[in-house]
This record gives sequence, C-alpha cells and structure tokens, in this order.
Amino acid sequence: MNAKELCEKSRASMSEFKTWVALDVSNLSPGQQLAVKYFSVAVILFFAQLLFGMIAATQFIFPNFLYGWLDFSVNRMVHINAMVVWMLYGFIGCTYWLLEEESGTEIVGLKLGELAFWVLTGAVTLVVLVYLLIQTGAGKDSTLWFINEGREYIEAPRWADIGIVIVMLIFFYNVVATFSKGKWSGIAGVLTLDLVALAGMYTAGMFYMTNITHEQFWWWWVIHLWVEATWEVLVGVIMAWSLMKLLGVKRQIVTTWLYIEVALMFGSGILGLGHHYFWIGTPEYWLAIGGFFSALEPIPLVAMVVHAMYDAGSHSFKNSNHPAVAWIIAQAFGNFFGAGVWGFMHTLPQINLYTHGTQWSASHGHLAFFGAYATINIAFFYLAIQHWRGGVWMSGGTANAWRWKWALGLLNAGVLGMTIALLIAGYEQSFIERATEGSSWGGYFAAQNHPSFQSAMVWRWFFGLMTFSGLILLIWDLLTIGKDETRKVQEIIQH
Amino acid sequence: MNETPVWASESFWKKTAIWVTAGAFLILVVLTFDSLSQTSAGGKRVPAYSVINKKIDYVYDAKLHKFMPVIGEQELLFGKEFSETEAEQLVMLGKKTTQAKNCMNCHTLLGNGAYYAPDLTKAWLDQGWINKEAREKMMIEFLMHPEKNARTFGSNRKMPNLGITEDEAKGVVAFLKWMSSIDTNGFPHNFKTINAEE
Repeated sequence: MNAKELCEKSRASMSEFKTWVALDVSNLSPGQQLAVKYFSVAVILFFAQLLFGMIAATQFIFPNFLYGWLDFSVNRMVHINAMVVWMLYGFIGCTYWLLEEESGTEIVGLKLGELAFWVLTGAVTLVVLVYLLIQTGAGKDSTLWFINEGREYIEAPRWADIGIVIVMLIFFYNVVATFSKGKWSGIAGVLTLDLVALAGMYTAGMFYMTNITHEQFWWWWVIHLWVEATWEVLVGVIMAWSLMKLLGVKRQIVTTWLYIEVALMFGSGILGLGHHYFWIGTPEYWLAIGGFFSALEPIPLVAMVVHAMYDAGSHSFKNSNHPAVAWIIAQAFGNFFGAGVWGFMHTLPQINLYTHGTQWSASHGHLAFFGAYATINIAFFYLAIQHWRGGVWMSGGTANAWRWKWALGLLNAGVLGMTIALLIAGYEQSFIERATEGSSWGGYFAAQNHPSFQSAMVWRWFFGLMTFSGLILLIWDLLTIGKDETRKVQEIIQH
Repeated sequence: MNETPVWASESFWKKTAIWVTAGAFLILVVLTFDSLSQTSAGGKRVPAYSVINKKIDYVYDAKLHKFMPVIGEQELLFGKEFSETEAEQLVMLGKKTTQAKNCMNCHTLLGNGAYYAPDLTKAWLDQGWINKEAREKMMIEFLMHPEKNARTFGSNRKMPNLGITEDEAKGVVAFLKWMSSIDTNGFPHNFKTINAEE
C-alpha cells in the first residue's frame, strides 16, 4: 500500500468513526469547540498514562519484561508525565468551556488559543517520542535541553519548558482579556489569580543546579505548589461552577465557599510545602512548620466534601446529568481520602522518617491524583459530551446506563485496590527496609523480596487491570452516551 | 433575620482569603531566603564540593537523637586531591549525568524519585560495596556495565546499560560521595555504613 492509499484509507475510517459517534459540533460555542479539543487529547493521554503504568507494574513482577528496550525508568516517566499533562489539558479545557458563559462574551483570542493548542499538542508528541526512542543522553547541558531533564514529574526538556510557558501565557491572556471584555465575577477573580501562580511556579523548575539541596528546594515549589495548592484551587473553581450549572446552586453560596476554600487551601498548603523539606538538607525548623501546616491540609478538603454534599442534598440531587454528578461526588470523597487522609497518614516527620521514599508515597499518589483531579475532569467530560449531543437527558435510567455505572465502579474500585496494595507494600518497606535494616541497599532488597511485598505487587497489577478496563469502558461510554436519547435536559433553575 | 452575619458573608471571606494567602506566601519567601543561604555549598549543612577529598561517615549522635554526617581526615577519591573548582566541575558532571540518565525514575535521591531501585542518599557509604579498598573500582564498573556487574540482591532487577562513560561514572561517584555528606536531619535512620565494620 502506498502513502496515498494509506492516507485515503485513514481518512475514510476517520469519517466512518465520525458517522458512528454522530456528534454535532454545531451544538457547541466556539470556546466549547476549543475545550473539547483539549478534552480529546486529555483522554488519549489518560489512556497512555494507564498503558505505561501497566507496563511498569508488570516490571515489578517480571523485571526482565522489555528490559533494555523500555526500561522501568522510561515507562514510569511516561506514566507520570502523561498524567500531569492530561490533567493540565483537562483543566485548560474546563476553563475554556466555562469562560464564555462566565464572562458573558466571546473568547478574545480564539485563533491564538487554537494555535496554542496545536503547538502544545505537537510539542507533547515530540517530547514523548524522544522519551521513548532516544530515552537518555550524555551528562551535559544539551541532554537537559533536548532529551530529558531527569527531574521527576517535570522531565520535559528545557525547550519544551519554554514552549509550555508561552502556551500558558497565551491561555492566561485569553482568560484575562475575555473577562475584561465581558464581566468579572468572584469565580473569575480566583481563577485569574490562581493561573498567575500556576504559570509563575513553573518557571521555578527551569534551572539547572549542581547543589541538589537547592535543586530539590525549587523543584518542590513547582510540584507541591502546583499539586497541593494551585491545582486544588483550580478544582475549587471548576467545582463551584459545575455545582451552579448542574444543580442550580446559588452563585453567592458557591462564591463564598470558594473564598473559604482558598483561605484554607493556601493558608495550609503554602507552608505545608515544608513537609517536603524534612530530609533534603534544609534547616530543622521545617520539621515543625511542615508538620504543623500539612496537618491542617485536610481541613479545606473536608470543607469541600461538606460543600458538595450539602449542595447536592439540598437540591435533592435533581439534575439531568447523573454521571457528572456521580463523578463530582467521587471527587469530593476521593480528594478528601486520597489527598487529605492518605497524605496526613505519613506527613508528620516522626512517621515520615520511616515512610519517606517508600511505596507509601505511591499509595498516596495514586489515590490523591485520581481522587482529586481525574474525577473532576471526568465529570467535566460528561458535561461536555452532553452539550455536544445537543443537551440530551443523561440519567441512571437511560439505555446503556450500565456503561457509565460500571466505568465509575471499575475505575474507583481499581484505584482504591491499587492504593491498598501499595499501602501494604509501604508498611512492609517501612518496617523491614527502614526501621530494621536502616535503608541500606541490602535492606531495600530484603523488603522488595519479602513475600508480602511481592504479593502486594501482584494485587496492584490486577487492580491496575481493573482500572484500565474501567477506562476503556469510560471511553466507549463517552463516545456513545445519549446517542439515541431524544428527551432534552430540564432547565436548571438557580435557587 | 435575613441579614447575613459577618462570618458568613462573601466579602469577609474574600478579604480573609487575600490576607491569609499573602501572609503565608510572605512567610514562605522569608524562609526561602534563609533556607537557601543556610544550604549553599560550603556551609554547615551542605559541605563544599571539595569534601570529596575527605573521609565521610554517618553515625548516631546520642545527644541530638539522630544520625549525622561526620567529615573526617583526608581520604582521596581516585587517588587525587581536587581543588574546590575541580571538585565542583566533577560533581557537576556527575549531577548532570544523573539527570541525563534519568536515575530518579528508578532510584530515590534524598528519598525523592521512584521506588524501583535503592535510595542513593548514602549510596557512597553502603556496605554493599564490600570494603573501602574495593569501593571506587566496583562503583565505576557497576555504573559503566551494570548488566555484567548486576547487584540484584536476589531480586532479578538489573540496572540497564545507560552508556555511562568512565568520566561520567567518576563524576557520579564524586556526586554520590558529596551527597552523602549533606546533613539530612537524620534521614535515613539506623543506616550502618561501610566504615562500621572496621
């Protein structure tokens, strides 16, 4: 088959696919059309995250699997990078989605936003290809600029960092200019200030330093202040807007709650950064500051649960998009347990001395990232697909509703299962590797070879597979939900 | 009755959010300046790079109730005394190599990274290198040809060959020796060093 035939064939199957999904783009406003582009890439990257996670999980059980071709370090890097990037795509998509409605006007730089989308997507594709095909380089600056910076979560080479900052600036311009042209609101204000912080923090991670204490100090500015502060506030914004739209909660109530959440989140989260400064060479006072403030970090998450549950309850759960509301409830609990409880469990320095750098962190990471961020994005995907279908009724009782229910169940149970398996592995590591053996290489492997660790890795693999099958079902459901539905959504009245 | 009390009003929480955020951030900025100055290389917590010319140990301090790095008399690396500039160059090569080879996505450094391979914080002092005479040579050979010198401790997990050159390997060893001298507030706890057997 020559290139032309291949091209035609793929075009034909693409149009076949489009006929099959039968989504009408004229149901969406221009801003929403841009948003669903971001959502589509987010879902593809979500798939990549789980695929490479499964490969890495397999290597824990069969270390020779793909050894020398796709080593653990590569798979793990793609696993966590795909996660960070798909969540960012999701957040940008959510913002573009609500921007027009919230500001009451058209997006100012829509063309620029489109361009930024294609630039970012091209850059992400190139970075991943280099990760997979070139993998590592010599120990010099050119490697850090063009292949891999080798810093967990922000491995993207420096050229891509600069590209990301430019794309974020365009995105930021669109948000500010659109609100300025239309109208500002409490939600708009919080969103804007949060994006300033989000973009600003990223630049803290764009420098090479030989002094590893300084390097990790700034590295945590990006990772912690993103994930445990600015991302959480961004989710608060998205949640506030969703509760208004889905359940008809009064604007004044969500705005007041949002301010409370910002006060609690930044009040605890900014200095909660200290829990990453226990053991990297930084002064001892961080043990007290980090311990104290990170102990407060669950409080805003409790507030968010109360907020979501109270609003949902007081509106008797009356709404026309059951999957989205179900995922928002999953977010409230997942955020509280994953980020709040699982984070608090090992955040005090007296405990962290034994748990730091073990599977405890992986256990917390899995439940927190899923509970806090994957869930809210999935809720928004359902919101988007409902509009894309032309505003049809989506409830627990419609045809094929088993798909979204099973996807919800499999994804949540799968991640929870992985979390428990990793927690058992983490406990075992803390006892054997840390407390008894003192963290030597011999102690590390004594813990890794222990039957309870090994069986935990097998359990993790099976729950990973459960999560993966949940995602496949979710994608199938997103493509088909509401296809044959003719009933329209009820109008949501704010009260 | 319908009047909203101050503690439930939008404007109260708006102001609170702004003040709390600004206050917390200000404290963070002040602490950042202090922490960075206390941890610049050559200070008490993070020794100068030329510490690679010295013997490094990690022992329990009964008074402080934690393990502390101890810097001893001269103990040259690769039989050479490095000036501060030379030492920094070598450690820099090592640090860049650890980033370029993506070490952090299998290992942990200062406890941060992935959990597929051992922590490197005190790797220089690990008893796995048998004795101090064999250590340097073993480390270099392992880094350059990990698949032939696999140290799997019965786990079957082998480090892949990452194409590390001899110079890079020496840099990594210097970096690891320097890193083992950082005061990490007693992390890892209960670690017995290669010196402990003597």
